[in-house]
Amino acid sequence: MHQSLIDHAAAAAADQAPPTATRRQILSVGATLSAGALLVGCSPNLMGKVLSVGAPHDFGAFGPFVKIAPDGVVTVISKHIEFGQGNHAGLAAIVAEELDADWATTRVEQAIANAGAYANGMMGIQGTGGSSAISNSWTQLRTAGASARAMLVQAAATKWSAPVGEITVKDGVVSHAKSGRSAGFGDLLAEAAKVAPPQAPVLKDPKTFTLVGTDRVRRKDGLAKSTGTARFTQDVHLPDMLTAMVAHPPKFGATVASFDATAAKKVPGVVEVYQIPTGVAVVAQNTYAARKGRDALVVKWDESKAETRGSEQIVAEYADLASGKTKPAGKIEWQGFDARGDAASAAGGTAVVETTYDFPYLSHAPMEPLNCVAIVNGNKAKLIHGAQMPTMDQIVTAKIVGTLPGAVEVETLFAGGSFGRRANFQSDYVAECVQIAKKVGKGRPVKLIWTREDDIRAGYWRPIVHHAVRVTVDKDGYPATWRHRVVTQSIMKGSPIGGGKLDETAVEGTKGSPYLKATPVVDAQVLTPDIGVPVLWWRSVGATHTAFVMEHTVDQLAHAAGKDPVDYRRELYRRAGSNRHLAVLNLAADKAGWGSPAPAGWTRGVAVHESFGSVVAQVAEVKLENGEPKVGRVVTVIDCGTAISPDQIAAQMEGGTCLGLSAALYGKIELKGGEPVQSNFDTYRVLRHGEAPTVETYILPSTNPPSGVGEPGTPVIGPAVANALLAMGQPPVTSLPMVKG
Amino acid sequence: MTTLNINGKSVTVTAAPDTPLLWVLRDELGMTGSKYGCGVGQCGACTALADGQPIRSCSVPISVLTSAQITTIESLGGNHPLQVAWVKNDVPQCGYCQSGQLMSAAALLASNPKPSDADIDAAMSGNICRCGTYQRIHAAIKEAAGFPAVAPVTAPPAPRAPRAAPQV
Repeated sequence: MHQSLIDHAAAAAADQAPPTATRRQILSVGATLSAGALLVGCSPNLMGKVLSVGAPHDFGAFGPFVKIAPDGVVTVISKHIEFGQGNHAGLAAIVAEELDADWATTRVEQAIANAGAYANGMMGIQGTGGSSAISNSWTQLRTAGASARAMLVQAAATKWSAPVGEITVKDGVVSHAKSGRSAGFGDLLAEAAKVAPPQAPVLKDPKTFTLVGTDRVRRKDGLAKSTGTARFTQDVHLPDMLTAMVAHPPKFGATVASFDATAAKKVPGVVEVYQIPTGVAVVAQNTYAARKGRDALVVKWDESKAETRGSEQIVAEYADLASGKTKPAGKIEWQGFDARGDAASAAGGTAVVETTYDFPYLSHAPMEPLNCVAIVNGNKAKLIHGAQMPTMDQIVTAKIVGTLPGAVEVETLFAGGSFGRRANFQSDYVAECVQIAKKVGKGRPVKLIWTREDDIRAGYWRPIVHHAVRVTVDKDGYPATWRHRVVTQSIMKGSPIGGGKLDETAVEGTKGSPYLKATPVVDAQVLTPDIGVPVLWWRSVGATHTAFVMEHTVDQLAHAAGKDPVDYRRELYRRAGSNRHLAVLNLAADKAGWGSPAPAGWTRGVAVHESFGSVVAQVAEVKLENGEPKVGRVVTVIDCGTAISPDQIAAQMEGGTCLGLSAALYGKIELKGGEPVQSNFDTYRVLRHGEAPTVETYILPSTNPPSGVGEPGTPVIGPAVANALLAMGQPPVTSLPMVKG
Repeated sequence: MTTLNINGKSVTVTAAPDTPLLWVLRDELGMTGSKYGCGVGQCGACTALADGQPIRSCSVPISVLTSAQITTIESLGGNHPLQVAWVKNDVPQCGYCQSGQLMSAAALLASNPKPSDADIDAAMSGNICRCGTYQRIHAAIKEAAGFPAVAPVTAPPAPRAPRAAPQV
């Protein structure tokens, strides 16, 4: 049963994918599925049995996603974590729509860890990412809602001896008009439980939706999050619980040589000090004691195997590799990711744009620093935290405590942001907490708290990226040849999905760009050298740099051709057959008043980018204030297929724009001699209230299945701002962040 | 032992006098609405009020607060005009910073009932939100202050109306 659910979800995801949009994602689905296979040495469909992460579980009459209480209240089970992106409301609305539940009283509950029932159809394991929560759940949850509805309707028909076709359902009430009977869902539970769930329940015609796509779909957690009562990992207090902090090495790859815990153990409240694989852990009665204990530790580090390069050196090495000045070392080789026409000729002719772009390390820095609660008793383990990939957490934990992954219980809480950080194949902070809880043992809960400095200095950053772009043009000023080189550390290498294959996350967005499709001769290659710094996906992943490079390059080409940047893009989209790009661009230009003068003192810039199956266009109004770009009005248009929760889509466009702008203007982590320079918000500058733009969101009408929303709003603002600067007569932006110093 | 006045009640705590208020609230008193975000007074997630003024409770030891009236998010009660506006505008995303945002906003409105855009920018500049809810925070503060509500949203497939006039 659980295995067929996995297949169903994956198939549904593939069936629904808009043709061009999620092609890459489907491929990466396959890659991730094989990740599970590599990891456990069996096919993903056997994962459930072998690892027991998908063990059969009695979810009740309506299956894993729907619970109905005797009072009729419907609870929708979310297999995805809620860390801001608003998916809990959207997922619940999909069920409530098909079930015709009472939306006002519909609740949302977080799923247990069970990859059999709750695998992400795009991942093959239970996890949230790739802006896939809504899209991979769309058919699955519509089916769950429709199935429960059919069972309730059949129950009423039986009870009232009425034809099924005469039963109606509205707002949680089942009625039979002819006999004047009606009943709440709760009144029909006993009878409905006897009905076999239909194999293929009839889904609604989307034209008849009354909830999905309306502004009635609002967050369910707004009040809890406005009263301080929403429960985060940081807030977990359990009887007898200990709080842990860890002294980590100053450089990546360094290890503990020796340590002296004498002073630490004298701090009142400190209970014990342990050496663990990632450093030295102090466990204490409370947070402040743990902090003071850690401050009192004396640790000597063995840095003989540490990464000691500074970021300036890494950037210089990348530039030399891209220019051909140095050759790749060892087994690392250039890999082509797009080639058209006589690729070798892309090095010839007279270039109109020949430039490089450099992107720094970026920390996710979610507001809730990383943390986890673990309870280990022998080979039994339970985790309580904001689990973005529960299946990975189970696998990693099981390895440490010596049990089957499926035996590891996971309670997933709200997380105070993530932006990708809480999902990684090493489950880094979870593993650290489990190591400590294993030392403590006896089922005593341990809460690991990372300070902000721990969080920022721990790596798992967006990697340093270097692009080198060279473009020649035809007689009309449009690209004739396009040579593109990308040098960056691979995010996927070293993960279970590694290997010698192309790391799609390094090039997505350049690969697949309509501008390359519109260019007759293309030679695009990527090189992924090894660096001893852990790196990770950062909200919108490859698009964090590729959107900037492609959009800023195209604006430079438009300027060189003496053409309007919007008109120039229109022609390229026409040549590439990119109708969705054209549609969002046209609407954004219209709403922004492109072509009419900008408000006095402001200059407009435009950018368009497709990621996670959705296409976003932005027109930003920008001025320079004290030498720094200030962004005012940002008109945003998104084509994300069917819109589930328009208000939350707008919220994600607003928030994504802020995170993207924060990175473009200020974001950077530097290494000096292998040690991070930035460690807190006094040195890692982020966007603040008065620096935030006003984002207007327009959703392009679409009948396609839903596509991503959480990430696609992030990468577009950076190039839109850079393009506004270009329009002001400023030089091209060749490295981020824009605000130096 | 240190005696504090928190949300109008006298409370005696055992934490050492150098302990920051935040950890006394969270670990000793179980009042977890105030959040840890940076520990150095840079992000505002821990914001509480002392005699009506915003303080970063992560960086203020309880020893200096013995004669202060301390107010935390727990005192707002859920029906505070700011909280009503927060919910109505669906301000929170991850929600982690919102207690601090609300306390800074509450202090602002208590001293300046009709703040200008610049007043709001200045008063809220110490509270970071990584989800980027600034625009809605701004709108909700104005709404709670009695300024006209932002334009209502329209449902797709019709494009949405703007939520607010541009800040210029």
